[in-house]
Amino acid sequence: MNTSLSWIKAYVPDLDVTAQEYTDAMTLSGTKVEGYEVLDADLEKIVIGQIEKIEKHPDADKLVVCQVNVGSETVQIVTGAKNVFEGAKIPVVLDGGRVAGSHDGKQVAGGIKIKKGKLRGVDSFGMMCSIEELGSTKDMYPEAADNGIYIFEEDAVVGSSAIEALGRNDVVFEYEVTSNRVDCFSVVGIAREAAATFGKEFHPPVVTETGNSEDVNDYIKVTVEDADLCPRYCARVVKNVKVGPSPKWMQRRLASVGIRPINNLVDITNYVMEEYGQPMHAYDLEKIAGKEIVVKTAKSGEKFVTLDGQERELDESVLMICDGEKSVGIAGIMGGENTMITDDVQTMLFEAACFDGTNIRKSSKKVGLRTDASGKFEKGLDPNNAKAAIDRACQLIEELGAGEVVGGTVDVYGKVKEPVRVPFDAEKINVMLGTDISEEEMLGYFAKIGLEYDEDTKEVIAPTFRHDLFRLADLAEEVARFYGYDNIPTTLPKGEATTGKLSFKLRIEEVARNIAEFCGFSQGMTYSFESPKVFDKLLIPADSKLREVVEIMNPLGEDYSIMRTTSLNGMLTSLATNYNRRNKDVRLYELGNIYLPKQVPVTELPEERMQFTLGMYGEGDFFSMKGVVEEFFEKIGMHKKETYDPHAGKPFLHPGRQANIIYDGKVVGYLGEVHPDVADTYGIGTRAYVAVIDMPEVVELATFDRKYEGIAKYPAVTRDISMVMPKEILVGQVEDVIEKKGGAYLESYKLFDLYEGAQIKAGFKSVAYSIVFRAKDKTLEEADVTAAMTRILKALEEMGIELRQ
Amino acid sequence: MKEKLQSIQEEAVRLIQAADAPEKLNDVKVRFLGKKGELTAVLKGMKDVAPEDRPKVGQLVNETREAIEQLLEETKTKMERALREEQLKSEVIDVTLPSKKNMVGHRHPNTIALEEVERIFIGMGYEVVEGPEVEYDEYNFEKLNIPADHPAKDEQDTFYINKDIVLRTQTSPVQARVMEKGELPIRMIAPGRVFRSDEVDATHSPSFHQIEGLVIDKNISFADLKGTLEVFAKELFGPETKTKFRPHHFPFTEPSAEVDVTCFKCGGKGCRFCKGSGWIEILGCGMVHPHVLEMCGIDPEEYNGFAFGVGLERIALLKYEIDDMRLLYENDIRFLKQF
Repeated sequence: MNTSLSWIKAYVPDLDVTAQEYTDAMTLSGTKVEGYEVLDADLEKIVIGQIEKIEKHPDADKLVVCQVNVGSETVQIVTGAKNVFEGAKIPVVLDGGRVAGSHDGKQVAGGIKIKKGKLRGVDSFGMMCSIEELGSTKDMYPEAADNGIYIFEEDAVVGSSAIEALGRNDVVFEYEVTSNRVDCFSVVGIAREAAATFGKEFHPPVVTETGNSEDVNDYIKVTVEDADLCPRYCARVVKNVKVGPSPKWMQRRLASVGIRPINNLVDITNYVMEEYGQPMHAYDLEKIAGKEIVVKTAKSGEKFVTLDGQERELDESVLMICDGEKSVGIAGIMGGENTMITDDVQTMLFEAACFDGTNIRKSSKKVGLRTDASGKFEKGLDPNNAKAAIDRACQLIEELGAGEVVGGTVDVYGKVKEPVRVPFDAEKINVMLGTDISEEEMLGYFAKIGLEYDEDTKEVIAPTFRHDLFRLADLAEEVARFYGYDNIPTTLPKGEATTGKLSFKLRIEEVARNIAEFCGFSQGMTYSFESPKVFDKLLIPADSKLREVVEIMNPLGEDYSIMRTTSLNGMLTSLATNYNRRNKDVRLYELGNIYLPKQVPVTELPEERMQFTLGMYGEGDFFSMKGVVEEFFEKIGMHKKETYDPHAGKPFLHPGRQANIIYDGKVVGYLGEVHPDVADTYGIGTRAYVAVIDMPEVVELATFDRKYEGIAKYPAVTRDISMVMPKEILVGQVEDVIEKKGGAYLESYKLFDLYEGAQIKAGFKSVAYSIVFRAKDKTLEEADVTAAMTRILKALEEMGIELRQ
Repeated sequence: MKEKLQSIQEEAVRLIQAADAPEKLNDVKVRFLGKKGELTAVLKGMKDVAPEDRPKVGQLVNETREAIEQLLEETKTKMERALREEQLKSEVIDVTLPSKKNMVGHRHPNTIALEEVERIFIGMGYEVVEGPEVEYDEYNFEKLNIPADHPAKDEQDTFYINKDIVLRTQTSPVQARVMEKGELPIRMIAPGRVFRSDEVDATHSPSFHQIEGLVIDKNISFADLKGTLEVFAKELFGPETKTKFRPHHFPFTEPSAEVDVTCFKCGGKGCRFCKGSGWIEILGCGMVHPHVLEMCGIDPEEYNGFAFGVGLERIALLKYEIDDMRLLYENDIRFLKQF
């Protein structure tokens, strides 16, 4: 929404503020001014001059030398313009003045300074201006010459400001109007707020009675078939229409808010739409068959040509304006080509209606046509405004001599919208706001914005244009914004103390972040939605459960169309980005959800599972990754030994370098080297490793409870064993044996040598462990240790492991 | 005997003084004081001394021993000190050589900003809670006073899963979920991912984060909201920060406000960063709409409260002067390393 300052002042004549003061104060009282444009910011020393004499330039065929009376003196100006003539009144920028742009319409920041000079040897003391040089266009000033100097009408006063005469001494404000304040999508609405904000009197337009002695009902009949979609329909008729230009003041106001003046009829319609926020439409009554209007929904598949010449396809949800035979307009969106006003129109039908906002919004989307009118209707207009607007339009028709208004209005208005009465309680409002404002002061604010007060019932009566006021909280906001949000004190909530805390889950995630970072991983973030193609990229089989996804109905594109069921694509994409950019030794982690549907298609919320995903390339290998996992588990109190099942069955990982991470018998995640095919697909040209930990499982197993177990007092006994075994036997199996057979005194064990190569027979490897025994309550005796070692060695031998020494 | 002892002592002193290494001192010790050493031999020869002279001779031997021992000890200490000095001199390093760092990772700027916000509110007694990212339309809109066909639904450009399920467009549904539980009073913040169908560019992302705040208690006022957010702004952006509350409209709060803080780059004087205004908009807030309370089963006559919503990326971008939102989701290590 835009308004010019001068238009606001038309209704608030005492308003005397700078653009910045207006901006600040309006914003603080709830009408947010997004910005403003000072129209004459780059215009300086421009007056109306009159050309007294034109002579040929002695040295240039295309130039003429003019003597121009600028009021205080007569100056010589050389111009190349073709349209100047003796006696013409024109804008003249004097020596030292500025214009906004060049005559081709290019605006120059800060304007262009004009100085006296010589043109082909002849002195020139200024410049005559085109409308473009004055910072506007011929669209907005239709009377301006094509490619020439702007010529004023004969009554222009020589020597006076040309900027003022053209209405360029104005400021245009741009507002962000919130959806609850439909009334502020009108100049009158904003002016009402401005008057209240600055404590000035508000003078809305005074609409006088219009119309001749005839009865409009003799001209037109209106039937509304669907009163829900069209709560009110007002029609008036204008005969003996005289199409012509509208007066300059109206053109200037329209131009100031970016509306092109066309002719008096169109301009009046647009003017009232801006002024009252009520869109209107004009039909050529001669073309209305049966002299009747029927408001009803379209037929399914109906085709209709709107006045922009486009054919539109409709369905039965779209509300139409029809005559006795055919559709003549899409209600609230655009009229039809078949009944549009042309220059030879004789009798005109004016329509000001109120349509259901939601229906207009949906129809506008469906038809693919959004207009100024539909933009206003879809906000939900006040039906009581329609009559005022159509009367205002007819008043302007009469004032401007654009036609003869026929007496009366056809007004189809079923359920009249009544003002809402809101119980008022100053005390409660003060409690709500934390203020101490008197009742009188509050009532004063209400009066300023047209809210009446019924003292008997203690109710505030909200006019129907304020459809945002229903309860005390709404009144509290009105009080707050005129009292000033800035003036409300600042306190802190009192009352019962509460405990500030993170949930256990969030604390575990915090540890995950810390461990990952200690281990060199930086935190990444990737999108929750991705392309269904990722499953192929990750070599996931067609029948995999992972392909059952939550799908977005209206995604930004296929690449963002499904909610991820694995966090891997995000990680690999990030690693690839880094690889492409030649970043070395990259380690990333992410904490983010995957979304597992409970059924497909989705009928209830999917399960959201937080995944702790680690990825890396460069320095480090599978076992570095494994170390991170174990450090994390250790830190969150998962002290038991993890086991690793190499048969994880992850198609996107190297078949010989992957494992499920098992804790306490549960699979809590997996890790491995990225399958070279997958790495190739993503463009990661080196070995990369990933680990994914399923956080809900881990959160179940984690604990922050710790107990001190004492520090060993008695000496340990260490035994080393060295063995040769088939390669297929995992060291994990050896460790299982040590753990199972080690007995009560087994304290720890550690792999200290692993060798495969020349000195070992093919298909075998040499493995050496150091095993530590200790008792808590005594010094171990040889027999204790020997017994345990015997059990271990025996079990190992049974597995086909050959012991050395 | 006396002469013999004297010559032993003289020889020992000579050898000690001539020694140029600790091993040589040890040789002296062995030669004179060891089990088979010369002094020991003298003692062994005591049987040949007349009994009445024995104490005197014994004393002489001991004196000689002590003298040698003392000299040995002093010389040894001196020698070791010299060696240590020499060692220290030879071990001088260039302390300006590069350090050996552990490879430590970096936290995402979003998380750093979030933790900062969490720290502030946890300190004020707020609990951090979470809610689903894929959410029922009912919680995302209806229970927040945004009924079907409300224009605000369009404004929020929602991703739909089906007609009842959406990707939440705001963290506000967590408000409704917590209020419905009915455990009062409530002081909570709810950070999390939200989604809107905005194309990706320098200032937009279809997926971003918000932090919702909610307080429900008896006699909560707009002044409390102002006070709370003022504390928050000062904690987050520095003690000099001023706040400005501007009236605004949100369907689920009434009265509502947008909050600006003084530009932390220019301190409010106006600069390119704040587009000359001196202020930067950071959040939306308001008193919880009584109808929202009613829909969540809370009696607005007894309880009321306030709510606020902050864009996390907005805070992170502002605080760390990041000029392009896309950087937050690329995960380029050269970007992440700067936090």
